Amino acid sequence: MSDVLLEVSGLTMRFGGLLAVDTVEFNVRRDEVFAIIGPNGAGKTTVFNCVGGFYKPSTGTIRMDGKEITGMPSHKVALHGLVRTFQNVRLFKQLTVLENLLVAQHAQMETNLLKGLLKTPGYRASERDALRRAAEWLDFMGIRQYANREAGNLAYGHQRRLEIARCMITKPRLLMLDEPAAGLNPQEKHELQLLIDQLRREFGVAVLLIEHDMSLVMGVSDRILVMEQGKPIMTGLPAEVRTDPRVIKAYLGEE
Amino acid sequence: MGNHFKNALFAAIMAGIIIAPIFGVNIVRAGMQTTLQPEWGILFMGMGIVFVFQFLVRPVLAKAFARKQTRRALPVMSDRVRRGMIFLLIVIALIWPMFTGRAQVDIATLVLIYVMLGLGLNIVVGFAGLLDLGFVGFYAVGAYTYALLYHWAGWGFWEALPLAGAMSAAFGFALGFPVLRLRGDYLAIVTLGFGEIIRLLLINLYSFTGGPDGISGIPKPSVFGFPMVRRVPEGVTTFHELMGWNYSTQDVIVFLYLMALCLALVTLFVSNRVIRMPIGRAWEALREDEIACRSLGLNPTRIKLSAFTMGAMFAGFGGAFFAARQGLVNPESFTFIESALILAIVVLGGMGSQVGVILAAVVLTVVPEIAREFAEYRMLIFGLVMVLMMMWRPQGLLPVKRPQVELKT
Repeated sequence: MSDVLLEVSGLTMRFGGLLAVDTVEFNVRRDEVFAIIGPNGAGKTTVFNCVGGFYKPSTGTIRMDGKEITGMPSHKVALHGLVRTFQNVRLFKQLTVLENLLVAQHAQMETNLLKGLLKTPGYRASERDALRRAAEWLDFMGIRQYANREAGNLAYGHQRRLEIARCMITKPRLLMLDEPAAGLNPQEKHELQLLIDQLRREFGVAVLLIEHDMSLVMGVSDRILVMEQGKPIMTGLPAEVRTDPRVIKAYLGEE
Repeated sequence: MGNHFKNALFAAIMAGIIIAPIFGVNIVRAGMQTTLQPEWGILFMGMGIVFVFQFLVRPVLAKAFARKQTRRALPVMSDRVRRGMIFLLIVIALIWPMFTGRAQVDIATLVLIYVMLGLGLNIVVGFAGLLDLGFVGFYAVGAYTYALLYHWAGWGFWEALPLAGAMSAAFGFALGFPVLRLRGDYLAIVTLGFGEIIRLLLINLYSFTGGPDGISGIPKPSVFGFPMVRRVPEGVTTFHELMGWNYSTQDVIVFLYLMALCLALVTLFVSNRVIRMPIGRAWEALREDEIACRSLGLNPTRIKLSAFTMGAMFAGFGGAFFAARQGLVNPESFTFIESALILAIVVLGGMGSQVGVILAAVVLTVVPEIAREFAEYRMLIFGLVMVLMMMWRPQGLLPVKRPQVELKT
């Protein structure tokens, strides 16, 4: 078993004449938190969409644990253990918090129609397990008291946590977080950092992170890829990235 | 107050403009000449009524409605009480036809057909959020499946019923494929076209379906193989002979009612169970956010197809029963207005709410029957009710009550 979980090579994405992502290469190791940073419009989310199967990359290959997943539809990518959150939270707003977590377990549940109508023991067991797992995750995230509320009515910070829980309940190997700290207050950001650390430690999940909040990125990441205008500038440890003149130039402009 | 006055004045002027061409002019014939003579009196009276209503009556009404809004939640019932209530309702529905007239039972049967159709469409529109304006197409497929099987192969109702459901489901599946990528308005248009295509096919395949004349003489369902008819060929025992009764049409009607009740209860049971199952939750999730669904590994294709297929299947059962009840099917019964009515039932009841759908089916079927004298104004009243509902209660008569699964907190 190789050390590399996700391997992206030569990834290019063109929208008509616009080159949104230009030959980006990186890999994410097991148990690693890997961050992609860059100014607005650098193409970070496009990379995410390509990896997650929402866009079909123009060229390049994406491998998950050695298997090629390039151009696969997103629901199949998810079954390879690669799930994501969204920049603006995408919950099933009119479903309850609990139901959000049940839907996420769809692929692991007994979905045979007849078994469900007849309530066979197998079906009951599957429902019970799903409920138990959902309860565990609600406890873990500290939002159990809201279990029966509509997800859309949760406070924003809780919505973010629920979205992460909804990903984690599918037992992913790679969790992709698209700006998870956006709109959170400093306290919540701190909790998020602890959460990401904990997820990696306890559940052995690798994290691919896009984030603008530098203190979070520097605090939580093992390695960082910096992008600017679709092109990768450098990949390195947080300390290297922080002091690299190219990165400073990309963010602050030239003197 | 000033605002009210301005609104009322504006409404009155608008009313004047709208009613002017209808009431405001009188056609006067003098010999060869026809002239239009303005009727100022009626026009100003109309405007006056609108003004008074808007200025004086509406604030009072608004106040009354505002007060009502605070207490409109249904009383919460415990599971045992609810089960008891449902049981009681079913018992009442079972024995009720024995004590009432033929016309009432007949209308009740019609209501139950619409309940079935409404619950079927509720799966597609209410649960899965796919706007389907051609639902009547599946209803037609079910009805014609039985009619044609009888006509060409001599099948009875009971043999044909599963096949009618399966056939409609197959059509639902087939329609599902091309429309998978479509959402909202586009989906509505395609399904609308689909419903019309089915109807036009039925009209034009003259040698096969009988065209506009349809197929008649379709037999009513038998009771465990004993037909319910007055006279039968030698060697067949009819139901009333078996029971030693005299033949009466009332029995036939009650029997049809009970069958419709059975079918509607089965539909209710299935749709009620399915929405609590993973597939039902997936439908609702897909309605909320397709992209999030995909990111979690749910296959939207399969989920949409299952909703279309299951909804169509219930329409098929309803159609087969309709054919048996009428004894006659022709394309006239499957026009767009029928689709619109079924959709209205779902929307009026509260999308996704099964009890609401049942209530709306009762309202929309019984009210026109009661108001027979106003038959000419039926569509007008229908439209008015819809507009008022959408203004005051856009969520429907009985909106969905969440949650369906609960976790102790």
